[in-house]
Amino acid sequence: MPCLVSPSLTPSSHPPPTAAWQQDGDAVSLIIAGDWLREGPAVSVMGTAPDRAPTRYQTDALGTHDSTLPAFILAHLRTLKAPKGDQPPPPLDGLPDNLRGLLQLALAVPEDGGAHPDTRPQSRLETIGNVTLSAWQSGLALVDFVGQAVLSLGRLVRGRARFRTSDFWMTLQQCGVEALPIVSLISFLIGLILAFVGSVQLAHFGADLYVADLVGISMVREMGVVMTAIIMSGRTGAAFAAHIGSMKANEEIDALRTFGFDPFDFLVLPRILALVLMMPILTVYADIVGILGGMLVGAASGIPPVLYWTETVASLTITTASLGVLKSPFFGAAIAISGCMQGMRAGNSSAAVGEATTRAVVTAITSVIVLDSAFAAIFTLLDI
Amino acid sequence: MAAKITVQDLTMAYGDLVVMHDLNFEIQDKDIFVIMGGSGCGKSTLLRHLIGLREPAKGSILYDGKDFTATPLAERGHFFQRFGVMYQSAALWSSLTLAENISMPLEESCKLPPKTLRDLACYKLSLVGLSGYEDFYPSQISGGMKKRAGIARAMALDPDILFLDEPSSGLDPLSSRRLDDLILGLRDGQGSTIVIVTHELASIFSIANNSVFLDTATHTQGALGNPSELRDHSDNPAVRLFLNRGDTPPSTP
Repeated sequence: MPCLVSPSLTPSSHPPPTAAWQQDGDAVSLIIAGDWLREGPAVSVMGTAPDRAPTRYQTDALGTHDSTLPAFILAHLRTLKAPKGDQPPPPLDGLPDNLRGLLQLALAVPEDGGAHPDTRPQSRLETIGNVTLSAWQSGLALVDFVGQAVLSLGRLVRGRARFRTSDFWMTLQQCGVEALPIVSLISFLIGLILAFVGSVQLAHFGADLYVADLVGISMVREMGVVMTAIIMSGRTGAAFAAHIGSMKANEEIDALRTFGFDPFDFLVLPRILALVLMMPILTVYADIVGILGGMLVGAASGIPPVLYWTETVASLTITTASLGVLKSPFFGAAIAISGCMQGMRAGNSSAAVGEATTRAVVTAITSVIVLDSAFAAIFTLLDI
Repeated sequence: MAAKITVQDLTMAYGDLVVMHDLNFEIQDKDIFVIMGGSGCGKSTLLRHLIGLREPAKGSILYDGKDFTATPLAERGHFFQRFGVMYQSAALWSSLTLAENISMPLEESCKLPPKTLRDLACYKLSLVGLSGYEDFYPSQISGGMKKRAGIARAMALDPDILFLDEPSSGLDPLSSRRLDDLILGLRDGQGSTIVIVTHELASIFSIANNSVFLDTATHTQGALGNPSELRDHSDNPAVRLFLNRGDTPPSTP
């Protein structure tokens, strides 16, 4: 009796699998022979397959087989026109008992005809239309999301928004204190790099000391806040999207909703608030660490730290110093909104969570840079 | 001849917490073997030990007399090839369609033309009553369908031993019944040995020919044998209670 073969047998010792169709009037028989194994040679089919189910199978010369044989027979039976109404199942006479049992199981549930998803290829025009529509949709979704954030903030002010305070403190810690090491490292190195590049150029003019002005102004006005925002996009924006996205995949958000919590108040609002509050503090910190990095390079090239510090303080006005800090809460809001929005819009699978995270980081960084350009334009117009 | 699976003096523990100790049982070729017990007694943990996802604290597991637990991880490949596992949550790869979920392990194991791969995937899916759903993603089908697709994937490599973790939980009675037929069909058609974790009494009695009961109170095996006989004749009251859904019929030894 044919049986399942163990994988230890070598394919070379097996006769190759063959299938031959024989048509005799109304009767169609399928003659199966050889060893049907995945690891073995490919099946050679003789004769053309008729558009009817075989009325008889001949399996006298059949050796061992694995699932490739029932898969082959089933594939033929499935290509036939779906029988209308209640038709008797195709005859399986002549097959060994075990195969007949398996095929009966496989044929027990008819193929779900309406179940095929739409796989029609799109024309180019259709593709352009779809891309445009989806871009418009995501624009609308962004406006909608920001609107909901404002409404939610309104509920908070009126004391009607509900979220767990402990969650809020936890988020505050995650996007505040826990971000310090990476912010320190990056800002220090940025200060260092600016000072290196600057001091080489300034040395040509004998203006070495002005490296303090260069590092101070560029850190405080642009680099400190932009670098912090980019770090937070990759770190916290991604974390927000992944956390909310997997909550969505696990139906946790539905659970919140059915208990009467507004998922927006509960998940999104505390995150936006936390990042808006923490970004200015992180920015001031990044500015100071960056200036320290510049000071180290200055000290190495012969500027005493006290002199460097005095020069830095002298070069900075209150207006310059406040510009970066002024921008930071806007950047924080943009990052938190991107992260939370992509998380809330994620699909219900683990792959969708990955996509949401990627989109969150891309959106966050893009919006930070776009906002920064807008600020630069406004400040130029206002002559600051 | 050695039993298909032999468990010797197995102790399972998470750190210092002993889940079960001194498990001793054998699973014969073509058995439909049920691991049963109350919630949280360590049924799934035992299954994870059997398939090598956890290492025993003590004792060993043998397949056809060969010591699985003593084999280093790198050399367990030929054991793993004989296992088909369906996880409790189906664990389908969400970025692949159902057909791809089944054909990916096949592609890795040997070189096959795309048509054969597709036919094999269709065949496995039709065995679990899912033909026509080949191009669906796991997120597009219902929970019960995911379970069945998980079983189809477990069967992808025509495994010698099929491990099913709670296959019928969350299925409607008819699907659950069909699943029982499928399990019997696989045993008879392919000659597979099947190990099932379940507490679905109806299917335990209709398909299992051997079982082990894990007792939460004593942290060791409470009974071993055919579940229908255990229900009426076990000398362990906990086993009779479990198999009679809490009713306590008089013991008839």
